[in-house]
Order: sequence, then C-alpha cells, then structure tokens
Amino acid sequence: MAVGALTHLAIVIAGTLVTVVGAFRLALEHHRTPAHEHQVGSLDLDHRKVAIWVFLGSECFFFGTLIATYLAYKGKSVVGPEPHQILDIPLTTISTFDLLMSSLLMVLALAAVQRDDRRQARLWLFGTAFFGLIFLGFQAYEFTHFVREGLTLQRNLFGSTFFVLTGLHGAHVTIGVVWLLCLWLLDLRGNLRVTDAIKVEVAGLYWHFVDIVWIAIFTLVYLIP
Amino acid sequence: MSEHRQNTTHATVWTYIKVALVLTGVTILEVGSTYIRQLTPIIVPLLIAMSAAKFALVLLFFMHLRYDSRVLTLLFCGPLLLASGIGIALMTLTGAFLVFGN
Amino acid sequence: MSSWITTVDHKRVGILYGVTAFAFFLLGGLEALLIRLQLASPGAHVVSAEAYNALFTMHGTTMVFLAIMPFNAAFFNYMVPLLIGARDVAFPRLNALSYWIFVFGGIFLNASFLAGTPPDVGWFGYANLTSKQFSPSHSVDFWLLSLQVLGVSSMISAINFIVTILNMRAPGMTLMRMPVFVWMTLVVQFLIVLAFPPITVGLIFLLFDRYFGAHFFDVAAGGDLHLWQHLFWIFGHPEVYILILPAFGIVSEVLPTFARKPLFGAPVVIYSGVLIGFFGFGVWSHHMFAAGMGPVADAAFSIATMLIAIPTGVKIFNWLATLWGGTIRTTTALHFAVGLVGLFTIGGLSGIMHASPPVDLQQTDSYFVVAHLHYVLIGGSLFGLFAGAYYWWPKITGRLLDERLGKVQFWVLFAGFNTAFFPQHYLGAIGMPRRIYTYAADAGFAFWNLVSTVGAFGIALGILLFMGNAWRSLRAGAPTRGTGARWSGGRRRRRRHTTSTRSLPSSPATPSGGRNMVARGSPPPAPPRATIFTSPHPPTGPSWSGSAWPSWRWARSPISRS
Repeated sequence: MAVGALTHLAIVIAGTLVTVVGAFRLALEHHRTPAHEHQVGSLDLDHRKVAIWVFLGSECFFFGTLIATYLAYKGKSVVGPEPHQILDIPLTTISTFDLLMSSLLMVLALAAVQRDDRRQARLWLFGTAFFGLIFLGFQAYEFTHFVREGLTLQRNLFGSTFFVLTGLHGAHVTIGVVWLLCLWLLDLRGNLRVTDAIKVEVAGLYWHFVDIVWIAIFTLVYLIP
Repeated sequence: MSEHRQNTTHATVWTYIKVALVLTGVTILEVGSTYIRQLTPIIVPLLIAMSAAKFALVLLFFMHLRYDSRVLTLLFCGPLLLASGIGIALMTLTGAFLVFGN
Repeated sequence: MSSWITTVDHKRVGILYGVTAFAFFLLGGLEALLIRLQLASPGAHVVSAEAYNALFTMHGTTMVFLAIMPFNAAFFNYMVPLLIGARDVAFPRLNALSYWIFVFGGIFLNASFLAGTPPDVGWFGYANLTSKQFSPSHSVDFWLLSLQVLGVSSMISAINFIVTILNMRAPGMTLMRMPVFVWMTLVVQFLIVLAFPPITVGLIFLLFDRYFGAHFFDVAAGGDLHLWQHLFWIFGHPEVYILILPAFGIVSEVLPTFARKPLFGAPVVIYSGVLIGFFGFGVWSHHMFAAGMGPVADAAFSIATMLIAIPTGVKIFNWLATLWGGTIRTTTALHFAVGLVGLFTIGGLSGIMHASPPVDLQQTDSYFVVAHLHYVLIGGSLFGLFAGAYYWWPKITGRLLDERLGKVQFWVLFAGFNTAFFPQHYLGAIGMPRRIYTYAADAGFAFWNLVSTVGAFGIALGILLFMGNAWRSLRAGAPTRGTGARWSGGRRRRRRHTTSTRSLPSSPATPSGGRNMVARGSPPPAPPRATIFTSPHPPTGPSWSGSAWPSWRWARSPISRS
C-alpha cells in the first residue's frame, strides 16, 4: 500500500510540476507572440471562445455523471450519517450566495477590461478570486467539520459520493481562482489591455460555469430532501 | 456565412446587478421553501424549477449567451441536454427514482 | 531530427501519430499472435493463464487506444486542415502536446510489462474484479492511469479540431460544402469530447475505491457494480463510433474518386453520420444485456440499437450507389474501400443479431462477439485506414506505393482476416466462451481454432507486405509529379463535397493552404479574379518530394469553372 501511494504521489507531483512549469513557460511565450492577439475565424468568433464553450459542453457530461451517481446512490447507504443529519443548510446558503456574487464581480471585471479601466479591472478580478477563496474556505470548514462528525469518504456511500462530487467541484473552483489571480497579475504588470479582453472573457465563462454547477449541486444535494 | 445576432443590445452593468439581485432572491426563495411544510409534496419540482431559472439567468446574461452567436448556444446546450438525458437514464437504470423524493 | 520533437506543424504531427500508432499496432498484433498460438490447440502451454489474461487485456486496450485512435488522428491531423483550406489547426502547440501526451500514455501502459504487472482485467475493467481486494497488484493502476492520460490527449485534440473545423474553413466553404471526411471527423471529435468525461469519472471512482477506501463499487456498502458498466459503456459505445466513422469518411472520399462519380447522396451520408453519432449515446446498455437490468431496460436499448443500424445501412447503400454505373479504376485504395463495405456489412449483420437480448444472451461473452467486433474493427476500421493510406500516401510522402504489391497485400490480408475470424462465428455459436486461455480437447473447438490461428498469421503476413511496400516506396519509390495529387485527374464533374488536393503542395515541410484557398463554386469574397500565387519559401525539413518546389494556385474563379 505504501509503495503504491508513493508511486502515485511521485507521478502526481512530477505531472503537476511538468504541467505548471510548462503552462507558465507557454503563457510567457504566448504572450510575447503578436500573432496570438488575433485568432478570429470564419464564424466571426475567437478560437479560444469557441474552444471554451466546447470544453464547457464536455464538463456538462463530467459533472452530469457525478451528480447522476450521487442521486443514484442517494438513500442507499448502509450506515449513517445521512444527509439531513449533517448538512448545514444555512451555512451553505451563505457560501452559495458568495459564489453567485463572485459571478457578478466577474462580469464587472470583464466590462472593466473591455473599456480599459485598469483600476476597476484589478479590483473586480481580485474580488472574484477573493470570493472564490471565501467559498473554498467555507468548503474546507465544511469538510473538516463533517470528518469530525464522523462522515468520511470511507464511511458510507453518502460520504464517498458527496466528497468526490463537491471535492471535484472545489478543485475546479481552485483552478479558477489560480487562473483569475494570474490574470490579475498580468494586469498588475500592465499586460491586460482591451485586446486581451478575450482572455478575461474565457476565464469568466469558466468561472460562471463553475458557479452554475454549484447551483445544481446546491439544489440537488443540499436542498432536495 | 456567419449568422450571429448583431450585438445591438449589450448587457449593461445595471442589467448585471439586476440579474444578481434576482439570483439572490430566488436563492432565498429556494431555501425558504424547504422550510414550508405545506410545500413538501411539490418541493422537488419546485426546487428544480427555481434552480433551473438561476442556471438560465447566469447562462444567458453573465455568460452572455443571449447576445452571442447561436453557434455557441448550440455548442453548449446540445451537450447539456444530452448529458441531462443520459444522467436521467442512468438514474432510472440504477433505481434512483424509487427513493427520489420519497 | 530535433525539429520533429518540437514541431507544431499539423502535417508532421500527423506523421508522428501515424508512425507511433503503427509501432503500437505491431505490438498489439504480437499480443494477438500469442493469443492465437495459445488457442491453436487444446491444453496448449504457450503462455500461462495469468499471462493470457494480460495478453487479451493489453491487445484490446492497445488496439483501441494506441493503434486505431491514433491512426485516425494521423489522418485528421494531416488532411483536415488541407481539406478545409486552413493554414494549420486552431491551436498548433496544443496539437503537438496532445501527441506527446499520447506517447507518454502509451509508454506508461506498456511499462506495466516491465513492472511485471500488466493489466489483466479485460480492456473494459469490470468492477469488482478491479477492486483492491481482487486485483491487489498494480496492474489495474497502470491501466487506470494510462487511460486517464490518453483521455486527456484525446480531449485536447478533439477541442482543437472542433474549433479548427468550425472556425477556420476557407471563405465560401459552408458546412454542407465540406468534404465528407471532414464531416465525419467533426462528428468524431464531438463524440470524443462528450464520451470521455463519463469514463474519466468512472476511473476516478475506481481510483478512489482502490486507494482512498471509497465505496463506489463496494456492494457491501450499497454500491452497484452496474454503475461501472454503465459509466464504461456510456463511453464505450460512442468509442466504437469514434473508431469507425473516420474509416467511413475515408471510404466516402475514395469511392467517388475511383468510380469517377460523385458520392451518391452526399448530404444523406453526412446526416447519417451525424445521426449515428447522436444515437450512439443512447444504446450503451446493449453491452449489458446479460447483466440483469430487467426486461424494460433491455427492450428500450434493444430498440434503440436496431434503430441505429438504419443510418449505417443508409451509408452502405449510398456507397454502393456511388459505385453503380461508375467507371471503376481498380486501385488498391479502392480494393480496401470496397472490402470495408463488404466486411463491415458482415460485421453489421452479426451486430444486429446481438441487438436482440434473447439472442444476445447466448452470443454475449462468446466467440460470436469476438467475430463481430473484429469484422467491424478490422474489416471496417483497419481496411478503411489502409484505403486512406494507399489513397493519400502520394500526397503525404511524394512517392507512390507499388499498386501490384498493394493488391497482393490486400488479398493476403483479406484472406487471412476472413480465415481468422469467420470460423469464430461458428465457434461462438457452438458455445466457445471468450477470454478462456484453453479449452478441453473434446469440446469440439480445436479444428476451427487452428484454422483461425493460421488466418491470424495470414493477417501478419499482410501487414508485413504493407511494411515492405511502404519501405520500398520511401527508399526508392516512383516520385509523384508536382503536388503529389495522384488520383484527381480525369474526373468529369466537379465534386461538391471534396476538396481537390492537387492545388496543394504535398511535402510535410510546407506550410499549408491557408488564406489562398477558396472553395470552388462559392461566391467570391472579393471581386472575382483568378490569381496564381507562387510560394517563395524554401523547404525547411526533409524534402520528401525531391522535386522542385511546387507552386500554389488559387482556385479558379467560379465563373470560369464548370
């Protein structure tokens, strides 16, 4: 077991390093190539915008499968705790509201970049990331609280499906936060002008999608009895 | 050949704030309705409808689909519908609807 | 040499995919030969039972993910930008990345042999055989992780091609004017982008079960083993359409050329392809008729499966009608294309039998299914790929493959393949199960298993002949003239749904068509004029054509062309 876990860990760390370093270097090189400013095609759409919508379509399948599994296994746990015994609706309502407001901040950030209002762009981009971090904070608290109450991944079907579903969603939020902070850093360095608005738009689409997945999860996991 | 709608009406900042307020309101309604015992028989379709409304609002306004090319709508809504159908089929096949909403 | 490692040119990436896929194809073929040797006689001891399990698992996984899919990708990469008049794909660096991720995934999967724990749970890895309890070694982990890696490669590539095809067509090339091969490619990319997430989720569940103590496939905790099967086959069924549709696209290009007739009912062929792709998401549980889903589910999926045969049948008839009344040029590519039409029909007939649950209850997990799947995958996908190889070889390499040797190769492969797999229908019908490493001498399986093994070596000979032909061609084959468009001469009518590649340079070092191409017959974007544009760029890589740098040409003004 230890060897297996170490092998996995090594592979994951190596892969992450390669990915992060590669992405970083790609971003730097990409940004210095003027050809990449104009990537509009025959549909009068930017390539990156079409690409992100296709990706979001595939993410519908990804989260759809996870949610369907959660609902398929709902009520089938052999031992407790059960959802209604442990889910904290009021707290999750606040975190849901936080994520919804982060979407508002995101569109404000995009509008700011599109009119070259750099001060507001920085403010709203950081704000969106910050709200995202607050959401993650709520989720971290929720996870640790559940574990202390006895609901772990290993405890029962509810634990397995709940932690994997909301955990993967949280991972998506984390990636979004990192993405937004990178854009914020770009802006700080003066490299996020009107022609770069597409980058903010693409990041925004990803962020809003992560939000609407949460809307679905909040209703189907937390609210439905 | 491109057939995207012209961007004659662009969402303003005020539109976004209005949408955000509606989203907040619907969320409060959603959570509130779970506490109203009289609504229990219809709570499941009610909650699904309300969350679908929030879903649509974010999609149409924040994600700008209302003002963008129809191609993008197709690119996203096609998979969305297909995924929903497969998800429902999967839930039916694994017997989820026997315990769903008691 | 190092330029091949850092290349982002779609033509080079296509060649890389093709060569790598061929290497893995040979590996998978070796695994197949070992399987056949083991089964050639009852009670044979060529390999142990455990090794046998690994062999059929790796053969299946290798052929699906490391051979056929990358072969398809090779053609997508090379031909699609040329066929739509684009300079390259939408995201060239992502394109190169997806190739190198594929290489890594393939090496990682086969590294399991070196680790002594090759995957041995079947290419479909059913739970709970894959649980930690029943598969304690790392075999499943190699399988699981490499599939995730390969999935990432495919997804990136799919998004890339969707954006390319939607957004980078030459002016005037509407969707319905695209070549059928490009249409099939587009459908396949959507299938990939939508079918891979479910298996990604399933593999995540399996990973969590194995390493973090989750209970997704733990019956004692309330888990459902059917869930794995559902998630796998929600991916797995679109996957088989991912494997076959490119071959259908190739055939739709090859047949019209060598019948000197346009593709019969091209729009219908396109619509059928789209329908197959869409309905392919609704039939997955026909792989689970014996899993105990109950009569309602069985009936629903049975009906859906029978319905999906219709658009496929439509294509077959369209291809036949394309040949009917045409002036047939019997090239090797045509042989393979016609071979596909015939062999895939046989595979389809056995498939439609499987669509009936009562019949399938006998056929499932027997050699009848093995016969079916090889008829559609070899007779279908592989023959289609060979047709594409012979058809586009001059364009890609600037040399000709020997037609006589090619036809010999076709017949050897055809004979070997049918010898290997037709008897397996019979073997399945008399009850030989799948995935058994040996059988009793008095079971009555021995003779036809031996015949099948002989046929398998016939297939191997056919592949060797192709390799010989390819080698000779690359070393000293007759060079094509100019643009390497070998087959496009003498056509009587303008074809609406194919792009004439004769106006495009063929060497892989050349930047592709790009802005200069305009779809024939399309309304011109500017005042119409015929222009000749000569590319001054010197070759930057190995000069495949060996001839003077070819010149590009604008498509003639639509007014002057018929």
